[in-house]
Amino acid sequence: MIPAQFDYVAPTTVDDAVRALADAGDEAKVLAGGQSLIPVLRMRLAAPTKLIDLGKVAELRGVREDGNALVIGAMTSHYDVVRDPLIAEHAQLIAMATSTVADSQVRHRGTFGGSLAHADPAGDLLAPALALDAEMVVHGMDGRRVIPASEFFVDYFTTALRPGELLTDVRVPKYTGWHAHYEKFNRVAQAWSIVGVAAAVQVEGHTIQQARVGLTNMSSVPVRATGVERALIGQEATPEAIKAAAEHAVEGTMPVADGNADAAYREHLAKVLTSRAVTAACG
Amino acid sequence: MRITVTVDGTTYLDEVEPRTLLVQYLRERLGKVGTVVGCDTSNCGACTVHLDGHSVKSCAVLAVQADGCEVTTIEGLARDGQLHPVQRAFHDNHALQCGFCTPGMIMQSIDLLAENSDPDEQAVREGIEGNLCRCTGYQNIVRAVRDAAHEMRPGAGPEAERMNEAEMGTQAGVRRS
Repeated sequence: MIPAQFDYVAPTTVDDAVRALADAGDEAKVLAGGQSLIPVLRMRLAAPTKLIDLGKVAELRGVREDGNALVIGAMTSHYDVVRDPLIAEHAQLIAMATSTVADSQVRHRGTFGGSLAHADPAGDLLAPALALDAEMVVHGMDGRRVIPASEFFVDYFTTALRPGELLTDVRVPKYTGWHAHYEKFNRVAQAWSIVGVAAAVQVEGHTIQQARVGLTNMSSVPVRATGVERALIGQEATPEAIKAAAEHAVEGTMPVADGNADAAYREHLAKVLTSRAVTAACG
Repeated sequence: MRITVTVDGTTYLDEVEPRTLLVQYLRERLGKVGTVVGCDTSNCGACTVHLDGHSVKSCAVLAVQADGCEVTTIEGLARDGQLHPVQRAFHDNHALQCGFCTPGMIMQSIDLLAENSDPDEQAVREGIEGNLCRCTGYQNIVRAVRDAAHEMRPGAGPEAERMNEAEMGTQAGVRRS
C-alpha cells in the first residue's frame, strides 16, 4: 500500500523546523530517517496531515565533544554512529547496540534521535541511553529544555516530548576507558529484540569499579537494572559473581507476553543475557 | 512537489506527490522496473537501491527525500553490455532460483563489498541480512558474493578493473558521496 495523502515540508534549520511543527498542529508528524514511520504510513496505521522532514537540517547531524560529554545530533544515522571515532572512544555501548539495529539498509537511513523519540520498547538504543544517563535536548516554541533519559521514556511509544517539541541532540557523559557489550536476543534476521541487555563496566585489575546495565523490552519503557549494578560493584569479575549479580535483572521489570515470548521466558532471558553481556564487557 | 534526482546517470526533474515512495517513482514514472517490490513491510530488501552511494530500501524512502540525490538501480550497473562483476558472479554461481530477490541482493552485495572487500562467509550472511530469498537459495548467493570479492580484489583481472574504473572509481564499484 501507499501512504494516505499528506503535506510535506523540509526545513533547513532547527528554528524553521520548530516553527513548522508549531504551525502544523496536532496532526503533523516529524520525519527523521523514516524507517519506522514510512512503513507505518504505508500500512495506514497513521495518517498525519503533514510531515516535517528533518533530512535537510544539517545542524542536526554529527557528533561533537562538549567538555565531559558527547553531543550526538538527533539526525545522525545509525551508520554514522557505528563508525564515529568519538562514540567508539567515549560511548562504546551506543556503537555496539546501534550495530545490531535492523539491517544495513535501515542503518543507512535510520537515525539515533528518531529511534529514541519513536520509543519502541523493543528498540535497541533506549536501554543504552538510559544506562549511560543520557540527556535529551529538545527545542520548542518556548525554547530549549533538557530531559534526563530516566524521565524521557514514559510508556509504549510515548516520551516526555510535548506537542510542538523536537528532539535535537542527545548529550551522553563520556565513559572513556569503560568496556561495554550489548547482548541482543532475537530469532530471525533483522528482527526486533525479544530481550536485550546493555552493559558497561569499568574494571581495574579484575575488580569491577563501576557498572551500568540497561534492559531492552522488559517493560513498556527501558529499565535500569540497578540491582545488578549494585551487586557487581566491588566484585571480582568472576563467572560466579557475574551470574549471582545477574539474578537481580528482573527486579523492577514488567515484561509483556506476546507472540515471541511469555513473561516468564523474558525474565529467564533477562538473567541469562545480563550474565552474558557483563561477562563480555569485562572481557 | 518538484524534485531533481539523478537516476543511473540521468538527471530527472519531476513533479511528485509527497506520498510517492521512491520505488514507485522509479518503477512507475521512470520505468525502472528492474527494482521490484517484494513485501509491504520493508523487510525483504528486494527494492534495494543506492541513494548517494549507500544501500536503502526504496519502499521505505519517499521520492521527495531523494530530492537532490543520486540513485543507482540494478539497471545502472552494466556498462557497454558487460555485466557488473557482482552481476556476473551471481550468474556464474547460479545464485538465483526464481530471481525475484536478485536485484536487491546484488545492490546490497555491492554495498557490502564497498565496506569490506574480502568478507568471510559470516560477514556476507550478516551483510545481506536485510535481504530475504524466499527460495532459500542463500548458499549460492553467499558463494557469488565471495566470488565477486575475489574477482574485484586489488590486482584482479583487467576486465574487473576496467569495469570498476569505468563505473564508479572505487574498488567495489560504489560511488561514495
